[in-house]
This record gives sequence, C-alpha cells and structure tokens, in this order.
Amino acid sequence: MDGNLFRPLKTVAAVLAGVALTMVCASGHAQDKPIRIGLVTFLSGPAAGPFGVPAKIAAEAIVESLNAGRAPAPYNKKGFGGTPLELTIVDEAGGATKQVTELRNLVERQNVDFVIGYISSGDCLAVAPVAEELKTLTILFDCGTPRVFEEAGYKYVFRTRSHATMDAVAGALYLLENRPAVKSFAGINQNYAWGQDSWADFTAVMETLKPESEITSSQMPKFGAGQYGPEISALLQTNSDVIHSSLWGGDLEAFMLQATPRGLFNRSQLVLVAGEPYLHRLAGNMPDGTIVGARGPNGVYAQKSALNDWLRQIYKERAEIYPNYPAYSVAMAFLGLKAAYEKARGAGGAPATDEVIKAFEFLNFDSPAGKVMMKLGKGHQAVTGTAYGTTRTVNGQVTVGNIKYYPLERVQPPEGVKSLDWIKAGMKPGKW
Amino acid sequence: MNQLVAVVIDGLIYSSWLFIIAVGLTLIYGVMKILNIAHGSLYALGAYSAAALAGYWINQGHAPMGSYAVMLLAAILVGLVAGPVIERGLLRFMYGKDEIVLVLVTYAVFLILEDFIKLTWGVDPYFLYQPYGLLGSFDVGDLTYPVYNLVLFGAAVLIGVTLAWVLTRTRRGKMLVAVIHDREMAAAMGINVGLVYFVTFTVGAMLGAVGGALTAPMISVQPGIGAETIVLAFAVVVIGGLGSLPGAALAAILVGLVRSAAVHYRPELDLFAIYFVMAVVLIMRPKGLFSVPEARKI
Repeated sequence: MDGNLFRPLKTVAAVLAGVALTMVCASGHAQDKPIRIGLVTFLSGPAAGPFGVPAKIAAEAIVESLNAGRAPAPYNKKGFGGTPLELTIVDEAGGATKQVTELRNLVERQNVDFVIGYISSGDCLAVAPVAEELKTLTILFDCGTPRVFEEAGYKYVFRTRSHATMDAVAGALYLLENRPAVKSFAGINQNYAWGQDSWADFTAVMETLKPESEITSSQMPKFGAGQYGPEISALLQTNSDVIHSSLWGGDLEAFMLQATPRGLFNRSQLVLVAGEPYLHRLAGNMPDGTIVGARGPNGVYAQKSALNDWLRQIYKERAEIYPNYPAYSVAMAFLGLKAAYEKARGAGGAPATDEVIKAFEFLNFDSPAGKVMMKLGKGHQAVTGTAYGTTRTVNGQVTVGNIKYYPLERVQPPEGVKSLDWIKAGMKPGKW
Repeated sequence: MNQLVAVVIDGLIYSSWLFIIAVGLTLIYGVMKILNIAHGSLYALGAYSAAALAGYWINQGHAPMGSYAVMLLAAILVGLVAGPVIERGLLRFMYGKDEIVLVLVTYAVFLILEDFIKLTWGVDPYFLYQPYGLLGSFDVGDLTYPVYNLVLFGAAVLIGVTLAWVLTRTRRGKMLVAVIHDREMAAAMGINVGLVYFVTFTVGAMLGAVGGALTAPMISVQPGIGAETIVLAFAVVVIGGLGSLPGAALAAILVGLVRSAAVHYRPELDLFAIYFVMAVVLIMRPKGLFSVPEARKI
C-alpha cells in the first residue's frame, strides 16, 4: 500500500532527474556545438551543372578547409572564431514557392544558424521577405537582380556579390573600347527577369554611349527552349555588328552548338555577359574573339593572391578542374560571413545574430576575387569591380586574353540611384 | 533572301522536330488510351544514351560517320529495354482503370526515370556536337543550314510515312486499327490485344528515344530536358487530336510555321505562339483537328 502511494512520486523524481541530466549533457555539448549553415543551391535541373554543383563543391571544400584552419590569413582561425561549421544542403530546384517552404524548414525544423544560398533571381526576391520574418541572417550568394535592395530594405538579408547591372555596363564599355565603330547590335536573351534586365541595361548603355547605333533585333526565347533555328536565321538576316547575349546553362550551350556551324559568329561579334563557366566546356564551339564576362573578377579573371590560390587548390582537389564564378560567389559568402562573425565575436563568446548583422553592415573584406565592400543597400549589398576579356583557343583549350579590369565606380550606380536611371544619366562615377 | 522563305524553312525544320518528339505519344494514346507522361523521360533516356555511346565511339577514335548508327542503336536499345519493362512490369496491371489513374502512373514513372537519369549520368551536361556539323552545310540565299537539319526533316517524313503505311496497308496494322476502334470486339475476333499493347508501347517508347537521340547533337543533354519536351509534345498532340497521326503531323507543321513567323516578324510573341495555335484550334474544334466523333455506348 505504502509502496503504491510513493510510486508516482518516484516516477516524477526519476523524470526530473532524467531531465536534469539531459540539460547538463546538453550544456556540455553546447560548448562544442557547430555553427549550422544551410546551403541552398541547384542540385538538379538545368542550372545544376554550370552553377549549382560547382557552388556545392566549393562550399564543401571551403567548409572542410575552414574547419581545419587551412585558409590563408585573415581567415586562418578554425571554423568561425574557433567553432566548427556544419553544412545542411538543400536543392534550389522547384520554384520560388518551394524555396519559401524550404527556407522555413531550414530555420524552424533543421535549426540552422545562417543561410547561404540562391542562384535564381526569382528565388532571391521570394525568400528575402521570409528570411526577414524568420529573423535569420541569409546571404544571397549568386543571384543578380538589382531589385532586391533597390526596391526594398532588409535587416537580415545580405548579398555578397555585386548585382547584375555591372555585367551589361562593363560588357558594353569593353565592346566600345575594342570596337568603337559599332553601328548595329542585336540580342538573344531568355524571356524572364535576368534576360530582360540584361538586355534593358545593355541597350540603355549603348543608347547613352553610342546613340547612333541601331538595335536590329531582340530575340527573347523562353527559358529552356533548346531549339534556336528560327532565332539564328533572324539574327543572321540582321547582319548586325554585335550580338549581345545573357543566355546561360544548357540554353547558351545549345545556342552555341547550333549557331557556330551556321556561321553566325563570322558575321557578328558575340558578347556573352555570363559566358565564363562555359569556356572549358565549349572548346570547339566557342569562336575566338568572343567577348566574355564572369560577373565580376572571378574565375579566369581572378588575380593572383593567397586567397585565390587557396580556392583554386581546394576546388581542384575535389572537382579536378579550376573553379568558375559560382565557386567564387560562394567563397565570398562564406568569407564575408566569417569576417563579420569573428568581428562581432571579438574576444567574447558566440555573438548574437544582431551583433553579426551589425558587424556585417558596411564591412570590407578580402576574397579570392579581390576586395569586397558592403556599400549598397544600407551596407547589405556588396560592390566589386569587374573584368572582361576576349576568347582565344590555345592547344585546343579556350582561354581569355586582352583582359580589362573595371573599377566599381565605372560600372555600378551609387547608393540610392536605380541602375537604369544611372545609366540614362550618363553613368557618372559615384563617390564610394 | 526573302524572309518568307526563311520562315518556311525554319518552320519546317522545327515542325520536323516537333513531329518526331510527339509521334510516339500520339501512337500510344491512339491505341492504348494512355497519356504517357513518361514519354518525356524516354526522350531524355534516348538523348543521354546517344550522347554517351556515340560520344564514347568518337572519343575512341572510330570513324565519326559511324556515330549516326550508334545514336540510332542507342535509341533502339532504350526502346527495347524501357518499353517492355514499363508495359509488362507496370502498365498491364492498370488496363481498364480510369484514364486519370494511368496518367498518374506514368507521371510516377516519369519521376522515377528522371532520378534514374541523374543517378546514372549525374547533373553535368553531355555534349555530342560532332554529328551536327559532320555532314556539312548548304546555303539558301544568304542563310546557311547544316545538312543535319535535312536529316531531321527526312527522319520525320520517314517515320510518318512508315507508320501510315503499316497502319493502313499491312494486316498487323489493320489489326491494330481494330483494337483502336473497339478493344473488346477485336479481342472477341481473336486479336491478341495484350500483344498489340505490348508492341505498341515498345514502338512508342522507341520513337520517344529516337526523338531524343536525334536531338542530342543539337543541344546540351542535361537534367530536365524531358520535362521541357513533354509539354511541347502534349501541345502538338492535343492540337492534332489525341491519337491522330495525321493530326500530329498537321499540328507540328502549324505550330512550327507560326512560331517561326513570330520569331522573324514579332519576336516578343514567340513565347505565346504555340499556345495561340492551341487556343484557336481548341475554340473551333475542342477535341483537336483530327478528332473523330465518338459513339456513346449505352
């Protein structure tokens, strides 16, 4: 009888003891608890091969190297301030609605501390307000649309690469410096935000700097069209001096495979604003003399430095080729976050998210592609210079020559000025 | 060169491609009443197999001209393996069920095959560009076209004529038409309906794979090409009338010419061209161009 009376009390005591023990263990683990980073990148679909998978490979290589403390100074402290990093990787395929759900899952169920991700401009525009609502520091590492910070302001969202305006601006500048007698130009761009914006920026720059040049044709095939026969015929018939294209992925590769045998590039100078990731893949189908951009001084345009050597080495060990621009974009995101985290941490313990944000705003940090400055979007949007070059085939490999570097003030609008307004006003260099 | 001539040539080349990717789909629907969404994956399997095998052939230093035979062989192999596996292993258990159930089943097969492709070939694109330029090119006015485009046109005509001949001029073709019209009556007359289904699905799968193999030299073979293609193939088949071979041919020509005209004269309408044709045709003939009135069974 007495035993029965005390049995509930014993049970409660046992549960309490168990809970206490769990809490002790948990606090013991807390000291070694890794910083969890959600990485969102394309693992399937057309963007996986050229962008998503190189970004994933780079992220894994960078995390492994950072955790081992093998990165060059000032990033040679293990992990972030001595705390190791742990990656949770999510596929970006599936559209913006799915990515909003995936972001909530990452934060609310997988309990990541930070999110680094998003190649698609549409995904960036969709997840930014949600990251704000979830109060999770989210770094957009690759998408290009200027609208993210030109049309809204965010506390928890950062972008560590320049927006896409400089791709079209520097492309047009390079073209006019090398072929000042251009009289006509045409374009072939995908019919969605990236293609339309790139074409709008390029035509605006040409109208500003070369108002007598004529727009002969604007082809806007749908994303993933694959068949470009009529478009190539239409471009051939314009006999344009120049063809501008922001095509990427399988669309760019299919266009090159179909246009090269038809002699399109014998008639017209080709400008590929995002062509760098395809140099090694399109050997034999990338005509010499093509003007190619890498969305910054990335990949073949990255200048020699200890950080660039480090990225090239750790990437090549995993992928057996040298990194292209998505790998540089992901490196900027990790190194920017590490710099901000360690600045916020100082000599103390793990910083709160708000402290990391404060340290991140207006931060200048080094990357494998040179100096990155968080100057736009009230300190949330990075600016860098960029580079362009011209292809040439050497020993069967496509490489670039005649490289020209453009400082950021020549290719980027200053804070508070929208890209198209800045271009139409004559692209006056801002004060940085 | 007269722009109209360019519109017609470009339109016919695009039509040939559309017909090749759609003909297997309409054949399977015509005989089996199955909207085979997995047709997109069979196309992708054909493209991957052709790119991998013909690429290997060329890389080994064999005569590049042989790559055409290797491409065709790859597509036939895909059809001979995937067709029977899907039909005998899955679909035959579903016959008699509602059409929507079969759509869901083939959608499931599509998803499985998409993952199978990624597991087998990874996500990096495959290139097989050599066959596209190997045959040289020809000029029409001031425009240059690869001879490969003629191969595509010839393949579309050959496939269409062969299928029409088999269906209308051979005993087995007439048996197949009998199954199309009335499965139960055909079975009562002694036709082995199960065998007809098996052969039809295998041939349809092979045609899907041939479409992929013939497309491989013109594109970057990568994950997702099947999904893009099945949408276009469905549009062509719906415009032509589900299950109609001449309907698919006419729809492909219509869509090809309208899209080509849009690209040449009003490029901003390119995105809308195929759906414009679809809307106009379905407003006038809700069951497609070559639909036949259905007798209602009481």
